[in-house]
Amino acid sequence: MTAETAPDAAEVPIRVLIAKPGLDGHDRGAKVVARALRDAGMEVTYTGIRQTPDAIAEVALREGVQAVGISILSGAHLELFPRIVAALHARGVDDVLLFAGGIIPPEDMPALRELGFEAFFGPGTNTNDIVTFVRQSAPNLDDAEATARS
Amino acid sequence: MSKSKHDWRENTHGKAVARNPERKPRFESSSGAEVEPLYAPEDLAEWNYHEKLGYPGEYPFTRGVQPTMYRGRLWTMRQYAGFGDAAESNRRYKFLLEQGQTGLSVAFDLPTQIGYDSDAPEAEGEVGKVGVAISSLADMEVLTDGIPLDKITTSMTINSTAPILLALYVAAAKQQGADLSKLGGTLQNDILKEYIARGTYIFPPRPSLRLITDVFAWCKDALPEFNTISISGYHMREAGCTAAQEIAFTYANAIEYVDAAIKAGLEFDAFGGRLAFFWACHSNFLEEVAKFRASRRIWAKLARDRWGSKDPRAQMERFHTQTGGATLTAQQPLTNVVRTTLQAMAAVLGGTQSLHTNSFDEALALPTEEAVELALRTQQVIAYETGVGDTIDPLAGSYVVEALTDRVEAEALAYIQRIDDLGGALAAIEAGFQQREIQDAAFRIQRQTESGERVVVGVNMFTSDDEIHPPTLRVDPAMGKRRAQELAALRARRDNEAVRTALDKIRTAAHTDENMMPLLVEAVEAYTTVGEICGVLREEWGEFHEVMTL
Repeated sequence: MTAETAPDAAEVPIRVLIAKPGLDGHDRGAKVVARALRDAGMEVTYTGIRQTPDAIAEVALREGVQAVGISILSGAHLELFPRIVAALHARGVDDVLLFAGGIIPPEDMPALRELGFEAFFGPGTNTNDIVTFVRQSAPNLDDAEATARS
Repeated sequence: MSKSKHDWRENTHGKAVARNPERKPRFESSSGAEVEPLYAPEDLAEWNYHEKLGYPGEYPFTRGVQPTMYRGRLWTMRQYAGFGDAAESNRRYKFLLEQGQTGLSVAFDLPTQIGYDSDAPEAEGEVGKVGVAISSLADMEVLTDGIPLDKITTSMTINSTAPILLALYVAAAKQQGADLSKLGGTLQNDILKEYIARGTYIFPPRPSLRLITDVFAWCKDALPEFNTISISGYHMREAGCTAAQEIAFTYANAIEYVDAAIKAGLEFDAFGGRLAFFWACHSNFLEEVAKFRASRRIWAKLARDRWGSKDPRAQMERFHTQTGGATLTAQQPLTNVVRTTLQAMAAVLGGTQSLHTNSFDEALALPTEEAVELALRTQQVIAYETGVGDTIDPLAGSYVVEALTDRVEAEALAYIQRIDDLGGALAAIEAGFQQREIQDAAFRIQRQTESGERVVVGVNMFTSDDEIHPPTLRVDPAMGKRRAQELAALRARRDNEAVRTALDKIRTAAHTDENMMPLLVEAVEAYTTVGEICGVLREEWGEFHEVMTL
């Protein structure tokens, strides 16, 4: 384990949800990322494949995550991502870091950034970059939540 | 002068390494086994030509399944394609056939693969995306329009809904007046690997296996020339497993299907000749060639030793190969042409019966027509310009290729034994064994790439800042809505009484052991949709839920 990915026992671990919406079963990337984030000391929930936007938002709420990473390779991102964001907002999950991976053509990224997706990690990404990104960008827990968890 | 490999390693090679260390302390195969600097006669000391290789077209088929191999007929160039609606895909197939492609390979969209019609809520955003949307016979008629189904062979990548799509294909062929006894093609129909890697399952394993044996039994007389299953390692390899695991997990699944069919009263030799296989070809060139050769030898032995096969046709392993989608990079995408060429060459040297070469833009989006054409041209150059097909199994007898063939065989057999010990492929899947093995291998590859131990050109070495974005293909976003209107019109004009009767029969048969295929043909001929049939079966059989392993 490299220095930048070593978990810091003194800190409250960041909670992340890795989700697979849509119908495609290509879960290699999602599972590799979930495992890399977990090895870096984060608390990771992985939804499994074929999750509806509502199901994903429901897990995000239940697990109180600070970041949601969405992996999709079916090409349905422009239809499904807005529904996921709407489902999160409908549950009051507003202050959460959004990022995505899979096959997302560069010309689709601006529309997804508008929705709140802050980063895209396609094929060939180094998982350390994802770890660093989540560490730096995940919103801080409010004090009460942090105390409750520690 | 060294008298043996041992002497050479001690003296000549050892001294050279002491002076100048090799590029890495250890060279490895995809499964982590050590690759030696040199292979020599000592490595094949116990090796017997007749036992290990034999001759092309003869047991154990290591050198190839046909006596003439590519001298008689080249492999089938079969590009997997399909997107949008049936009319658009029909145009792409005609384009590919005009360009000299020799067989069709139909990609279905995910709703069709998972048993939802284009107008189902679950299908939103997915219609026509990764393949063609087929909900009823009306769509299949358009898809096959002007393509003589008795003159070409068609491969259909379809699994949980395979019996329904086969029924649709048969119904369209009947309309064309085709002789069903001559209808050729391949149905993927391999549900077990869906639970392990690909994910398009619907029903739990038991009723799914019953549908597969129904297809075997029905095709024996109705479609004698059709390959009833294509037992696939491709998707497990893409998900991360090693070459030896690819063979082992695939054959463990095959053992499960064969045993289920035998239990249903079929004789192995009566259906064994209609089993086909499907492998990936990744970049470790010699190991991949060895894998294909080993796979034929293992299958021939399984057929004889496990199932007492007497018919050579049921012992020869015929397979399709696709180059490795997971080896393609989004960075410097044109480099993928080179990767694909080398992988295609390995598949040909390994004796494949048909081949799909990936398009260079597939790590970015669905392939464009230009990219698909270049991929097909790659195969044509190998076939017509390089001469590699003029001699059968040209790498045989190479010390390293034979040593690797033996090693891949031994590693695969050890894994098959482990799965046998776990109670077979299905029990192992339910325990998450294959899934975990694949995830571990994928994670190992990821870590090796990140540490630089494994080089991927353009990704972790020789990177460049100029990003090239080739044009990408887009599916019309209005298609979902248009498809919904078409389906509404279909449901209004068909004979809905006939549809209800057909669905009732399917519902009843779900709980008996009546062969489902004639009922499915009857249903689709009445324009019952894929989603309606699966809806009934979902109610009767329930749905499978993923075994979570992380």
